[in-house]
Amino acid sequence: MSRTDAERRLRGLLEKGLPLTPRPWQTLAAQAGMSEDEALACARRWQDDGLIKRMGLVVRHRRLGMAANAMVVWDIADKRVSEVGRALAAEPAVTLCYRRPRRLPDWPYNLFCMIHGVRRERVLAELRAIIERQALANTAHQVLFSQHAYRQHGARYTREETT
Amino acid sequence: MPNQMHAQRRRPGPGKLDPGELDALDRRLLDTYQRGLPVVAEPYRALAERLHTTEDEILNRLARLHALGVISRAGPVFDHARAGASLLAAVAANDDERDAVAAKINRAPGVNHNYLRDAARGFNLWFVMTAPDEAELEARLEALEQRLGRAVLRLPMLESFHIDLAFPLPWDELDRHAVAEGA
Repeated sequence: MSRTDAERRLRGLLEKGLPLTPRPWQTLAAQAGMSEDEALACARRWQDDGLIKRMGLVVRHRRLGMAANAMVVWDIADKRVSEVGRALAAEPAVTLCYRRPRRLPDWPYNLFCMIHGVRRERVLAELRAIIERQALANTAHQVLFSQHAYRQHGARYTREETT
Repeated sequence: MPNQMHAQRRRPGPGKLDPGELDALDRRLLDTYQRGLPVVAEPYRALAERLHTTEDEILNRLARLHALGVISRAGPVFDHARAGASLLAAVAANDDERDAVAAKINRAPGVNHNYLRDAARGFNLWFVMTAPDEAELEARLEALEQRLGRAVLRLPMLESFHIDLAFPLPWDELDRHAVAEGA
């Protein structure tokens, strides 16, 4: 097996998480067809080059009672959208912030951010404070709270995992 | 709702866990290791040393947190934009058809995070679709549109300002809320 194949297999295995055994990398390395040291070196390289953005426990917030999950969508003037996006991302309550395309006439919003909380009232209070701080009172936006999760799990990118 | 402060803890609402099930060590684990799990041969031993406990204890705790549904896994979170192709998508569905539409979306390859949300511009079903590359992603979207008999709103990420999903858990508020709800 080539090095590339082994690395691709390791990535697919990692998407499902580390086994809960004393030597988890040894287990995954054996399944991918490489040594434990090679698997660790791979993971460190992926961390360094940003393919892995964090390594740790992936919490299911809804299960813990973080049930108020708001996606806030904004219609920001195109020339200001990056600047506003950076400002929103710096707000502690904002967990994700992305610029996305408008799809006129169906969809006029070009900036998305997420605010998670225990209760809707608290999330809305946070949002009001953010609107005040960022002077967004005259900016069209909508708040889309999640009502039900039909599916919530980590992304699987590798071809074997997606069928 | 009557005040349940003095009542015995009751079962939490559907899908929710009573935070009282998690003790101080569970909480420290969750607060400390949403990021920064060391990439070493014996990562759980490293956690145990830092949290002044044993590797067996950490492994038992993590297995229990997994069984309780508090964590989905321990491991890497890949950067969506670099790990392959990925897209936020939305469709509009009436109340009487949305469960069926959501089920079809769930059956499509590469779908995760499929949520019913408050509607904006009629779009109330929101999901993320991933694929190994852009061509495969577009093929999957077109196949899904065929099966749904409706258009899918495609909203790829153009610029990311914040992509870290780890954040501190508000334990005090979770506990207070559970007590107030009689959880």
